[in-house]
Amino acid sequence: MLRLPRFTYLEPLSLDDAIRMRAESGDDASFVAGGTDLYPNMKRRQQTPRTVIALQRVRELQAITGTPRDGMTIGAGVTLTALGAHPVIAEHYPAVAHAAAVVSTPLLRNMGTIGGNLLLDTRCNYYDQTYEWRKAIHFCMKKDGEICWVAPSSPRCWAVQSSDGVPVAVAIGAEVTLASARGERRIPAAELYNNDGMRYLTKAPDELLVAYHLPPAGDATRTEGRWRATYHKLRRRGSFDFPVLGVAARVDFNDDDTVRTARIVLGGVASYPMEIPEAARAIAGQRLDAATIAAAADAAYRPAKPMDNTDFTLSWRKDMVRVYVQRALAEIADPGRLARASGAA
Amino acid sequence: MKSESQAVPASRIPPPASRAVVGTPRRKVDATAKVTGELRFADDLVLPRMLHCKLLRSRLPYGKILRIDTSKAEAHPGVVAVMTGEALPIPFGILPVSQDEHALARDVVRFVGDPVAAVAALDEDAAAEACDLIEIEYEPLAAITSIEDGIAHPSPQLHDYADDGNVHKQIALEFGNVDEAMNDADLVREDVFFYEGNTHLPMEQHAAMAHWSPDGKITLWSSTQTPHYLHRALAKVLEMNPAHVRVVAMPNGGGFGGKSDPFSHEIVVAALARATGRPVKICLTREEVFYCHRGRHPVLMWVKTGVKRDGSIVAMDFKSFLDGGAYGSYGVASTYYTGALQTVTYQVPTYRFRGARVFTNKPPCGPKRGHGTPQPRFALEVQLDKIADELGLDPAEMRLRTLQPANSVTANWLRIGSMGLGPCIEAVVKASDWKNKFRTLPFGRGVGIACSSYISGAGLPIYWNSMPHSGVQLRLDRSGGVAVFCGSIDIGQGSDSVLAYCVAEVLGIDPLDIRIVSGDTDITPVDLGSYSSRVTMMTGNAAIQAAERARTLLTDAVSEKTGIPRERVAFGGRRVFDVEDPDRGVSFAEASQMAEAKYGTIGTTGSYTPARSPGRYKGAGVGPSPAYSYSCAVAEVDVDRESGIVHVPKVWIAHDIGQAINPMLAIGQVEGSVYMGLGEALMEEMTYRDAQRNMVHHHPSMLEYKSPTTFEMCDVETFLIEEPDPEGPFGAKEVGQGPLLPIPPAVANAVYDAVGVRVDEVPCSPHKVLKALKDKMKGKDGRYGPSHVPAYAFPEPARILTPAQGGNGRELDERPHSEVGGGVH
Amino acid sequence: MSHPVSIDAPVRDTVHATFVVNGERREIAFAPHKTLLEVLREDLALTGTKHGCELGECGTCTVLVDGVPVLSCLALALAYRDRAIETVEGMAAGNTLHPLQDAFAELGAAQCGYCTPGFLLTAKALLDANPNPTRAEIVDALSGNLCRCTGYLKIFEAVERARDAGCGMRDAKSGTAERREARGGDRDTTGDNRDAHAGARDPVATNASGRRRNGGKRS
Repeated sequence: MLRLPRFTYLEPLSLDDAIRMRAESGDDASFVAGGTDLYPNMKRRQQTPRTVIALQRVRELQAITGTPRDGMTIGAGVTLTALGAHPVIAEHYPAVAHAAAVVSTPLLRNMGTIGGNLLLDTRCNYYDQTYEWRKAIHFCMKKDGEICWVAPSSPRCWAVQSSDGVPVAVAIGAEVTLASARGERRIPAAELYNNDGMRYLTKAPDELLVAYHLPPAGDATRTEGRWRATYHKLRRRGSFDFPVLGVAARVDFNDDDTVRTARIVLGGVASYPMEIPEAARAIAGQRLDAATIAAAADAAYRPAKPMDNTDFTLSWRKDMVRVYVQRALAEIADPGRLARASGAA
Repeated sequence: MKSESQAVPASRIPPPASRAVVGTPRRKVDATAKVTGELRFADDLVLPRMLHCKLLRSRLPYGKILRIDTSKAEAHPGVVAVMTGEALPIPFGILPVSQDEHALARDVVRFVGDPVAAVAALDEDAAAEACDLIEIEYEPLAAITSIEDGIAHPSPQLHDYADDGNVHKQIALEFGNVDEAMNDADLVREDVFFYEGNTHLPMEQHAAMAHWSPDGKITLWSSTQTPHYLHRALAKVLEMNPAHVRVVAMPNGGGFGGKSDPFSHEIVVAALARATGRPVKICLTREEVFYCHRGRHPVLMWVKTGVKRDGSIVAMDFKSFLDGGAYGSYGVASTYYTGALQTVTYQVPTYRFRGARVFTNKPPCGPKRGHGTPQPRFALEVQLDKIADELGLDPAEMRLRTLQPANSVTANWLRIGSMGLGPCIEAVVKASDWKNKFRTLPFGRGVGIACSSYISGAGLPIYWNSMPHSGVQLRLDRSGGVAVFCGSIDIGQGSDSVLAYCVAEVLGIDPLDIRIVSGDTDITPVDLGSYSSRVTMMTGNAAIQAAERARTLLTDAVSEKTGIPRERVAFGGRRVFDVEDPDRGVSFAEASQMAEAKYGTIGTTGSYTPARSPGRYKGAGVGPSPAYSYSCAVAEVDVDRESGIVHVPKVWIAHDIGQAINPMLAIGQVEGSVYMGLGEALMEEMTYRDAQRNMVHHHPSMLEYKSPTTFEMCDVETFLIEEPDPEGPFGAKEVGQGPLLPIPPAVANAVYDAVGVRVDEVPCSPHKVLKALKDKMKGKDGRYGPSHVPAYAFPEPARILTPAQGGNGRELDERPHSEVGGGVH
Repeated sequence: MSHPVSIDAPVRDTVHATFVVNGERREIAFAPHKTLLEVLREDLALTGTKHGCELGECGTCTVLVDGVPVLSCLALALAYRDRAIETVEGMAAGNTLHPLQDAFAELGAAQCGYCTPGFLLTAKALLDANPNPTRAEIVDALSGNLCRCTGYLKIFEAVERARDAGCGMRDAKSGTAERREARGGDRDTTGDNRDAHAGARDPVATNASGRRRNGGKRS
């Protein structure tokens, strides 16, 4: 049986406790919420924190507040199951609910939280392996080793952004609140991520993600600010698998149904959620039709450079960028096409 | 070995109409234990003072061991014993011809994952920590990475007993004159196919626990499919009197062939138990299960087939190249199997087979569900689809016209008994509405058909001997209960239940009245194990024989005591009665008491040995079986033309099972086979990184080895074709493996029907379909697959005249040879 | 619960805690870095819960916590010490199999039986929450449990049979009762915490696997 290493276990009951405990624990400490990312990594010795601070009893992290009109705030400790099934979120932020509902499996979603999903460790074929396996390749630079096996001559790590929630958070312009003993700060989700497989987060190690803020909903009663978003996930199986490509798109419309602005973000092709402004420019000011969508898909295809860090072949994954961006925008143009058709299954 | 069959003649078993048990769906005897969590698997066992074992495995694909230092590990808190290869010098292996494994590597490691050292400690944590403290110095050797690599680099040899350099086994056989016959063909096709390796992925990780007694006896509990062979290997390696070695096979949490070899970890815990005087348990991690492997060989195939205008085959020339991995395992048999069963579905009057298995520095391949036959079956069935296309024939009708007849002998000397493939084809053609779908569905949707056959047990045991393949003992007691002892082991297929059903049927009692004791080498008579789809056929016949003998004793006693004439004594409803006056009789318990009073304690035995096959040439040991099952499947697919993703909404499958002992279990085996075939067809792959990356397994995890989930499973409509086979118990044939075989080719053929491209590889991954589609749009031929096989110089084939040529089953230039006891799976 | 918990696993060999398993309160001492899977199997001898990967990649180790199916291999046992845990051993009512168990046995949904406990509990949670699921909802709910034997079809049919027997309706009630009992346990969890601290101060190895070596020696 694969087992956890030993560690000091702390269980705060309040946010203040949690932050205090983290401050007192020194650098070698990790917060854990659902445990679905950290504990497998600990069993494989990818991470071996001396102290684990468990958040499941911190009530402040459990709430969903706000309104679609003014924006909503989701506590970082809300499970992916709860988020995916939340009636208000599902109605007004379907892309957010959908991205939560296609993470891994129902069992894992019952444990995993949105906070953990937004902070998911980058993944790689050479990193998400047991200690013994990694030892056989003399490890990799992300943990215990010197080189990146994905690109051996590269000075950086190419582990890939693999969260379903992240591209959506960036595309819809969500924000997050981070808290530490130094205080709280609220930043756009897009600013949370680095294009670096090792230092993939901009947050300080001791900062706790406490809340996920959704902007006013795109289907609010006002015509001004009308927007739609979607998320399309590509993976081998209809369950379990991380995205090998995630396409999140938000399109804001003018009154005449032309595109005012758009944001198209790819997951699974870089170490960070990769926004493709060229694709947005291709549809800006125009109606979403077959031609403009194809142009946007083409624009997204070119900069996407999948690496040898997930399932499937590189060239096929790159080909799929065009197909999945096209499908995502087609769905936004015609919301009747349900997002649940996404995925390889 | 006796030449006559010991099967019970059909006249002595209850006729179908009066059967109370056989043929009726019912619960398995262990169903309640399985749904309550009470059934204990190997890792559920705990003994007082038990130690936990961990294996240190090689991190190099190929290297010489220069030095091992275990001192730090030995000093680690909680460690009780550390063991290296020095302690276990005797090699073992499942086949007598390839005793090439050591429980712990002695001089050379041959793949990443090859066990090198073992630790027994108070808990698993300490054992794992200690493994990491063992220092090993290696001298790396250049790894053999592929079939081509192994042929190109004959030295250094992975094993010096190989036939030719790093070609472990080479085979060349010719039945009739193939080149001459090809001249009579109206169409000759040559195709090259590749079937990627894949693995069993049983949900239960292998586990074993050993107990040493100071009186010099050892007991090993293990999740093994072959307790008898494990027993032999243990006694050999531990240099113990086999009478003092007991192997208890625990219920397997899935086997599929992956628990059929004696494994390093089983021998190591036994040796550690002996060394420490304490019970020792090991449960492998999922990653280690991938290293045990013994799964589907990657096979590269070239097949040239000549046909007449109506699609009938005049000659077939088949070459297979197997990537064997680092050890022999069942590989010799696997290699023969890639050439053995091409002849049993359609008439193949002349046939040449050449096969080569290459050693490579990867986990060893071996027997997975269908053992060596799904790969050539894929090649054959896809090629026939191409032939039908070229000839403008309906592939279903073409197959129906060329079936191998029942009660015949094939060109390679396999004796066919019952043969229900025709009704199988007809059933799925009708149910799937084939005639209205084939070549008429809209672009992107298609149907494909494929057939197959599989053995109901191998005709020969793994090691040469003339004893029965299966033994059953019955003990009847005064309570009316019956205990059945048999060495077979239930791996989920329901073999314990089949034993109970057969005995209950013959003795007229309820399966609930029967206690099954199975898979314990101290207690149960030998059964060779749960492999080669042999258990229902062989234990069923042995159980019937034992029950028949018990019935004779009870009949005599009841007749004597009650005056009912012997020939009128009948058994049923837990009673023994006068068939002409059913009210006159006694309970089964009373009958047992009468028999016990007359004869003393009532115990009977039954055994089964398959009939001798007519083939006498070297290699004729692989392929013969008491009976062959047949399957035909139609798969319907949706192909997404933009992504190449293939979705299979439905499979119709008919399986010629002879007689279903329990139709519910039989259908479960069919559906499970379709599932596993679908996984192989679409996504399962056992692949490795390159030599630069030390030939590590690509993805030894449940997450990245893609086993289909509930979402990927297709609807299945199953038809059981019941044409009783005279060799089978109540007419039954196998169902555990055969129905997997038609799925990969049916899917590939359906993809062609859907979008007009050929993926001549398994799995049919989306990038392959998309590449073929793109090529086709560019005016190329729209095929994805290998272009050639290695230019390997096979020896001149041994020439054997076919039955039609008046042959005698022997090689033409008759030269003496030793029997090849390679009859497996 | 009134104060936070701190347990120094690298130093402390075992901790005491109380678990509510299948409606029974069980106080045990165990190594604090153990998962719920390990504690159930090794310290509570409830080996009906199986394991296939220990990384959350197969669903075999599923148990119910407050009626919700979770992966016990990724659940730190300490974090679940005051929650209502249900394992396969708790499904039958006395000698009466749960309708799902009955249906799995009757329809051959358990072949090797190894993934069966996980499927049963996931299906139970589904029927408790949704007494009348469609085939698509069943497929979805069971999509986190892998089976290699059956091809799932007999499992779907068994869940449908239990559904048609009204099992969800019946169990929704008993599930509520269990949860109520667990809340009762909630009030006692301060006691559990005390126990945990007491255990931490005075480590005693009493578990089934004979763990006596003190991890602190190595830390």
